[in-house]
Amino acid sequence: MKSYPLSIKPFGAKAILVEWPQQVDHAILNDILLFVDTLKNQDSSSSWEWVPAYNSVTLIWRSRERMDFEASKRFIEQLYKNRNPQSEKRKHTIWKLPVCYEAEFATDIETSAHTLGISPYELIEQHTSNRYTVFGIGFLPGFMYLGGLPESLHIPRRKEPRLHVVKGSVGLAGKQTGIYPQDSPGGWHIIGNCPIPIFDASKEKPCFASIGDKIQFHTITKAEYDLRKIEAEIGIYNLEKVQPDA
Amino acid sequence: MLKVLKSGFFTTLQDSGRFGFRNIGVPVSGVMDEIAVKKANILLENSPEDAVLEITMTGPTLMFDAPTYICLSGAFLSPTLNNTPIENYSVIKVEHGDILSYGRLENGFRSYLAVKGGFKGEEVLGSFSQYVPVTVSKRIKDGEEIEFDSVVHYEPVISNLKMENHFSGSNIEVFKGPEFDMLNDTQLKVIFTKDFTISEKNNRMAYQLTEKIEGYSKTLLTSGTLPGTVQLTPAGRLIILMKDGQTTGGYPRILQLSEASISNLAQKKFGDGITFRLI
Repeated sequence: MKSYPLSIKPFGAKAILVEWPQQVDHAILNDILLFVDTLKNQDSSSSWEWVPAYNSVTLIWRSRERMDFEASKRFIEQLYKNRNPQSEKRKHTIWKLPVCYEAEFATDIETSAHTLGISPYELIEQHTSNRYTVFGIGFLPGFMYLGGLPESLHIPRRKEPRLHVVKGSVGLAGKQTGIYPQDSPGGWHIIGNCPIPIFDASKEKPCFASIGDKIQFHTITKAEYDLRKIEAEIGIYNLEKVQPDA
Repeated sequence: MLKVLKSGFFTTLQDSGRFGFRNIGVPVSGVMDEIAVKKANILLENSPEDAVLEITMTGPTLMFDAPTYICLSGAFLSPTLNNTPIENYSVIKVEHGDILSYGRLENGFRSYLAVKGGFKGEEVLGSFSQYVPVTVSKRIKDGEEIEFDSVVHYEPVISNLKMENHFSGSNIEVFKGPEFDMLNDTQLKVIFTKDFTISEKNNRMAYQLTEKIEGYSKTLLTSGTLPGTVQLTPAGRLIILMKDGQTTGGYPRILQLSEASISNLAQKKFGDGITFRLI
């Protein structure tokens, strides 16, 4: 198991930022998840909340007591030393999400394909033939930062963000692709819509995906979209997932 | 039951916050001015987590349909009970049919109404704090009824506090943020000598400042943010995240407000001035 040089800095009086090297890298992400697993197991008094993303974990101190940075730093270093390489072999779920790429939802697919010098058909083909890794969840409840977009689909974000992007919209921006978990303003190019709710506060697990999981999109027709949407509204949708080697 | 006759400009139910879900992008929410709410809950001998109404700028008109005890705190909105003026930081007995209303904003921006035992509402992910899409509604509406447990008799240990406001000063205390070291000498000098103004873009998510400083072109990987994180955009704009703020962001986190300064900032409004002081 490779160990990285960690940077451990105070982040105000009640949080600590732990950083791995500044890279988008699956090995770093897995090392971070290993560290977080160790923390979950050893923080029996639930003193900390943790927010992992790309190459960092923000640890937020929950207790009403003062946070002792030096003692916490030693605790973090110890946790990192004690992380269990066994859980490194854990399997990340692959979530298969349906997307309707038809014109009604895909506001920007023509212009994006044109900018990228490909046909809309090729754009869909490339978007659905890759698996994307969840490198972080943030910005909005359930918003997943997805890595692994092929270079042929890298497109600068829109110059003027839209004030209203509808829930479920699937977009492209820079090196990223993603799904808007709810209506929000946004500057991404919209190429389709996913009828499956990404964030549902009434569920025990409001966001089905975890950091480290993978997302794969597949195309559905408008008719299938409408059916899935109704299923989602009455809460009977099925999530398709694959456990690797299962 | 508390009957909302008029809801005011922006009134929400808030408790101490929604903890443990920031890793799926759910902001912590909760009261913006913790200092004011802590005092009101202490006077009522409530738990620090008990929910209060957060009243922004213009107050509601409220009718109590059962006896209880209340305490107001934070911004002073010239409150009256059955048309008789009442004070902040005093435990006040209310009876069935009493009407609480508010007048002119004298100081601050967010006023709190605490009730003995706390208000109850739609509890989602362990908190009553209103935040869409976690809760269904984002604010209290006209005609709504808010639950509380009636208390007929209570003798407070301390019935009122005479105190200076904790938000009268313009100094905002900050720690160095994780990306503090990327600031150059010019940026540092401007940040710590200039007076900044609260822009019209200020709400429970974030406060933007009107004056810009020199920008930068570095890109960063998205990483965690907190209430009180001061972000610097490439165009040189300063954005201070608040309680409903996003849980991660890609802008450099140059400063981090102290908890007391988050409470102070929560009482600032459009046009108010602030200055940053490094702790």
